[in-house]
Amino acid sequence: MGPASAARVAPALLEVSRVSKSFPGVAALEDVTLRLEQGTVHALMGENGAGKSTLMKIVAGVCPPDSGELRLAGRPLRLDSPRQALECGIAMIHQELNLLPTMSVAENIWIRREPLNALRFVRHRELNRMTRVLLERLAVDVDPQAELRTLPLAARQMVEIARALSYDSRLLIMDEPTSALTEREAERLFAVIRDLRACGVGIFYVTHRIEELFALADEVSVLRDGRHIGTETPANLSRDDVIRMMVGRELSSPPAAAPAQAGPVVLSAHGLSVAGEFHDVSFELHAGEILGVAGLVGSGRSKLAETLFGLVPPTGGEIRIGGSAARLDSPAAAISHGLGFVTEDRKETGCFLSLGVLENLEISALSRDFVRFGIVRSIAARQACERMASALKVRTRGLSERIENLSGGNQQKVLLGRWLLLKPRILILDEPTRGVDVGAKAEIHQLIKGLVAEGAAVLMISSELPEILAMSDRVMVMHEGRVTGVLGRDAATQVRIMDLAAR
Amino acid sequence: MEQAVADRSAASAVAARVRRLPPEAGILLVLLALALAFELLGWMFVHQSFLANEQRLVVMILQVSVIGVIAVGVTQVIITGGIDLSSGSVVALTAMVAASLAQSSQAARAVYPSLADLPVLVPVAAGLAVGAAAGLVNGTLIAGTGIPPFIATLGVMVSARGLAKWYTRGEPVSMLTDPYAAIGSGAVPVVIFLATALIFHVALRYTRYGKFTYAIGANAQAARIAGIRVGRHLIVVYTIAGLLSGLAGVLTSARAVSGQAGMGLMYELDAIAAAVIGGASLSGGVGRITGTVMGTLILGVVTSGFTFLRIDAYYQEIVKGGIIVAAVAADQYRRRRRLTTT
Repeated sequence: MGPASAARVAPALLEVSRVSKSFPGVAALEDVTLRLEQGTVHALMGENGAGKSTLMKIVAGVCPPDSGELRLAGRPLRLDSPRQALECGIAMIHQELNLLPTMSVAENIWIRREPLNALRFVRHRELNRMTRVLLERLAVDVDPQAELRTLPLAARQMVEIARALSYDSRLLIMDEPTSALTEREAERLFAVIRDLRACGVGIFYVTHRIEELFALADEVSVLRDGRHIGTETPANLSRDDVIRMMVGRELSSPPAAAPAQAGPVVLSAHGLSVAGEFHDVSFELHAGEILGVAGLVGSGRSKLAETLFGLVPPTGGEIRIGGSAARLDSPAAAISHGLGFVTEDRKETGCFLSLGVLENLEISALSRDFVRFGIVRSIAARQACERMASALKVRTRGLSERIENLSGGNQQKVLLGRWLLLKPRILILDEPTRGVDVGAKAEIHQLIKGLVAEGAAVLMISSELPEILAMSDRVMVMHEGRVTGVLGRDAATQVRIMDLAAR
Repeated sequence: MEQAVADRSAASAVAARVRRLPPEAGILLVLLALALAFELLGWMFVHQSFLANEQRLVVMILQVSVIGVIAVGVTQVIITGGIDLSSGSVVALTAMVAASLAQSSQAARAVYPSLADLPVLVPVAAGLAVGAAAGLVNGTLIAGTGIPPFIATLGVMVSARGLAKWYTRGEPVSMLTDPYAAIGSGAVPVVIFLATALIFHVALRYTRYGKFTYAIGANAQAARIAGIRVGRHLIVVYTIAGLLSGLAGVLTSARAVSGQAGMGLMYELDAIAAAVIGGASLSGGVGRITGTVMGTLILGVVTSGFTFLRIDAYYQEIVKGGIIVAAVAADQYRRRRRLTTT
């Protein structure tokens, strides 16, 4: 009687009550209430964009909530910065590790808190001793003096966990920690997590993998569209229950589109591999169809797209275009074969931010259409770009406006327009509507459909299942570098896709 | 009330017009302000006009036209996001090679005694070819191995200077033919400078070459994905920069009527300064030849202005350094403000 009731009375390690957060145009979290008990692993699941990361960022002090309240061990918690969260014992282990690659393991862990002697020099021996103690606690065999970039990813992750523990953290947040680990490394990590749990640490564990939940979690909460759908004990759930909670609405069938007029095969891959990224990928892409590619982050989708476009050399297999083997050793070669590619990160690999809309639109078509004897036919180029910009409904003050000043949706339209000016036979789109508002999204979808109606073939990668379902004639699902299934329009449902993507 | 609204809209119209002015407008203003300042100081301290002196103006431009020719090439390199530190040494190397082929038969100790009194085209072509070759080495190192431009051109800078000294074992090359010397006399260097600037101004604005150069500097990875063969293009840009350094070497040796291995010392830094004062951004994607021409003229005004005021050369250098830093600081400020307003 005694201990059990005492546990019930004791406040939870962290209470999240009625937290909401919106970003311009999107409600990322709405009225979310959660409890994390001390000494438990609490899994968070949901589709990409469901609000998991936003919630974790709020708990880790990266951004403040718009409304609602956090209580740490019963006391109200107001965080202005990640550092403050660390001082309260809350540490987050990010998906992209935040470590300094050219510094040693020990320096990475104790940066800003190095043991100093009277002359304020760093006591390196003590620093290494402290690090060794910490790493032993995690049963990790890493040299404290090793330069971080020489370590494998799994070891770097352990260093990040060690750093989190060095703050005596009571609450750890792990955002898809196993996404880059091998199975054996993941097992090691699970053992560490179980040890931490036994020591009373509370852990928020964000994951896409359903089996991890059954292996590890004491509780699981599912988020969808920024709302808290429910919290359950994994023992009371089946795999299908979880998927249904994540996907929600038994889906209304996607808007009826014209039945696919599958043309000839224009692009095919045969046993295509890139070592360490994806293996033995084979598929055919027909003229006049949209092949959707679904899969979770880390499934190798984007690398596949880069390989098809000549950015990454394949380590095995073959790409055939129009029936004959194609050697694509550069994007320029891919373009000459009739390919186009809109990358997933428009700021890093798409836009020329310091240049105007005109320069961003015309660049790819320039050589073929608008240059005579090396001289740009400026008037013809400008007219074509003006027609394209108005056909795409790009909202801008003029073609001389720097693309930097356009909204994300309009930038994306310009990047699409860059390829449309070339009229590619095969267009690869990686997350074509990421970070784009609803109106522009619908317009971009219309554009893609129009292109396909004219006979182009589109390979569309998307993390948004509704988008995949609404747009694709067929859906190819990838999981950890392999194709786990190709579904026809009739067979493709969110449940079916999630099942293949998160096995 | 209405008056206030009208004022405000008039003010914002002016602001909009100011915003639409090309970025060179600010630099032109600096150039004019400096010239006016020297004009005023001239009347106050040496009792004569700075600007109303045709000869001074010609000398002023003449002094910087060699730097200007280099800066036209360096600007293009900077627009791609790179840098070229080798220009000054390439000037020395090409000056030596070109001069050795331009010696007259009266030369007592000719480098190539059998090759005296060659037509003027030979040394000029040789100088340009040596410059272009040095640029080709720069470009190939950068595009082929991925070595940062700073390091690659630093290496070529040291080696080219060494080659220039080795070529005649440090001996100067003198007694050049009259037609060769004519290239450097009178206003010829000024004409060559302005012609070079015009050619590459047009090339950057109206040709595919120019469009690709800006695109690579703005975002090299996006340029690659857009179908530009980035490596190949960079080789072309560095080769052009080398060619222009070669041209500067020809001009320098023709003006001095000799070739010396110590020529062109620190010219690369003056050229970079001219480009940066003219608005080129070392992070790439931004820069114009018109700006560089004005940056070059600013360096010229400062040099001849201080000489005109009979101020020590020491002070000239101190102030020149200050102007370079102020120009870059102003550029950074402009950029930050643009980021915060959008």
